[in-house]
Amino acid sequence: MSKLRYALYTGCTARESTPELLSSTMAVADKLGIELILLDEASCCGASHLQDFDEMLAYTLNARNICYAEKMGLKLVTICNTCQLNTAMTKHQLDKDPELKEKVNAKLAEVGLEYKGTSEVQHFLYALIQDYGLDKVREKVVTPLSDFNIAPFYGCHNIRPSELHEHSTGGENPYNPTSLDSLIEALEGNTVDYESKNKCCGFHVDLQAPQTSNALTGTALLDAIDNNADMIVTPCPLCQLNMDLKQHSAGKQLGRDIELPVLHMPQMVALALGCDEKSIGLKYNVTKATQFSK
Amino acid sequence: MIHTEEEVIKEVLHLNEEEHRPDFAHTRKVKVKVFRFNVETDYLPYYKTYEMKVSKDELILDLLNRIKWEHDGSFSYRRSCRHGICGACAIKVNGKAVLACKENAQDLVKIFGNELVFEPQSQKRAVKDMIIDKSDFWEKHAAVKPYVEATVDPRPTKETLMTPTKAEQFLESDYCIQCGACHYSCPALEVNEDYLGPAALVSAYRFTIDPRDEASEERLELTSQMGIGVWDCVKCNECVEACPKEINPIEKITKLHNMQFEQGIAKRNVATKHAEGFVRSIKKYGYLDEQDIVMYSEGLGVVKHMSEAIKMIKAGKIHPFDVMKKKMPRSKNLDEIQKLIKITQTNKL
Repeated sequence: MSKLRYALYTGCTARESTPELLSSTMAVADKLGIELILLDEASCCGASHLQDFDEMLAYTLNARNICYAEKMGLKLVTICNTCQLNTAMTKHQLDKDPELKEKVNAKLAEVGLEYKGTSEVQHFLYALIQDYGLDKVREKVVTPLSDFNIAPFYGCHNIRPSELHEHSTGGENPYNPTSLDSLIEALEGNTVDYESKNKCCGFHVDLQAPQTSNALTGTALLDAIDNNADMIVTPCPLCQLNMDLKQHSAGKQLGRDIELPVLHMPQMVALALGCDEKSIGLKYNVTKATQFSK
Repeated sequence: MIHTEEEVIKEVLHLNEEEHRPDFAHTRKVKVKVFRFNVETDYLPYYKTYEMKVSKDELILDLLNRIKWEHDGSFSYRRSCRHGICGACAIKVNGKAVLACKENAQDLVKIFGNELVFEPQSQKRAVKDMIIDKSDFWEKHAAVKPYVEATVDPRPTKETLMTPTKAEQFLESDYCIQCGACHYSCPALEVNEDYLGPAALVSAYRFTIDPRDEASEERLELTSQMGIGVWDCVKCNECVEACPKEINPIEKITKLHNMQFEQGIAKRNVATKHAEGFVRSIKKYGYLDEQDIVMYSEGLGVVKHMSEAIKMIKAGKIHPFDVMKKKMPRSKNLDEIQKLIKITQTNKL
């Protein structure tokens, strides 16, 4: 197999409040011999809020991001579910609606760009599974995670709407997703089966409806705790932030103590592959994963 | 589905006899676990399990019928049209919202394995078995004025015509059958009973976009209210997944958001500033300034985030003394982004 190369769309969070996501992603890619080229020209995807304010602007900025992956002739790989949704949604709308594509391209032409629709858009989780292969990941494991019960938290925007993600996820069913479970198993961890694994963390209403957000985050965390999880693992930094940071306020609202480490998917893989401590970046997690401290 | 004449005759003759059921090549044994509850006699719900042979053409509605007709006559559920148009038979199977008369049973076995769990759309609203009290759904529905409000000439001399372009703008929102699948799959509604929810918001969109309607402003005002309107959608896309008519409710919610800005109905509050604030950051850096967006959206309300901010500072996630924003990432070719915003942005707050 020739070396896998991707254009990495980091999104904002990985470059700001969750630097551990970017460093662990790069470390994992390095260990597996995957080349990730940073898409430094890219802008914010609008995080599913910009489109509420100005939909056309959101399409245009997302199309511009994809243009740069197209220029390199590479697949655009995301490490945030919401980046994945917004980028894939833009691609989907532009590819099916020539009129919209033309409108967006008229704007892009002003800055010398053209959206063609030639680059695929995929979350790193699914690139690992589909392009690299879990069997090969399994071979690279140096620290099996067999001592831990790991609760997969899929995050909405990678699995819903399923029609949009079908191709990039290889047909993941949002009512019974399995990809993250299989990854945990490939790293020899014990997967925790719990109802909340495909539910919403509430991140997107955290400012305007904190009670909704806390109730959803807290319920998912407690569900994992009640099913003997030692930690949660998620491919989405927004889920990670909400679940990691809001444990106290969610616990207060729901009347129970909540303490459970929440790891980024690449942090978990990096731990199993024996990447260095600095790139795994566990010090950036608010709820400390003490299991891994030496 | 085309059957041979023989198959049809067999099916008609042996409709209710399990052993003689037409054995299409792929009959499977399925365990059906069914939620049972009678609000008048039971303290708690319980489950009953039935082993059934399920042929490849049977729908969930067929299984509901067989449970009632062959096993327990007291089993209750709603059904009417059997054509996916009345919305009565909506239930959940293994947590997935389905219209029983539209959903093939073996398709669900493929997703969930040989144990199917039948539950009402909302367990806390269960009245008897699959039947729920849907009054909350209808109250929300009624609240958005789900009808065209117009001054109509009682003796019109010509038809009110609708152009194809206008009709397309409905985005099929008029296909809604009020089954409640999206409403009872919405996690925001589950924890915030005041929220109108996806079905009512689809309805609000459907009549707001109607060129004959005169209550658009009123509906946009209502759906822009914090606590009940579009800003309480958590963006989980559960409604998109649940809708048996493929209406894509969240798309209509986004359109309502847009219309509130376009028509100047959106008031300055934490939610609208949060949406608009993205442009402010992207203009400056290309990226979202995560600290600024919280401060800008909340205004003085930012103090309630203090304890979390301190946790983030301790973990090295944010840098409060970085006033020059040296740690803030900046997109390459930022001038392109700025230009695109300038020539594309149409909405204002």
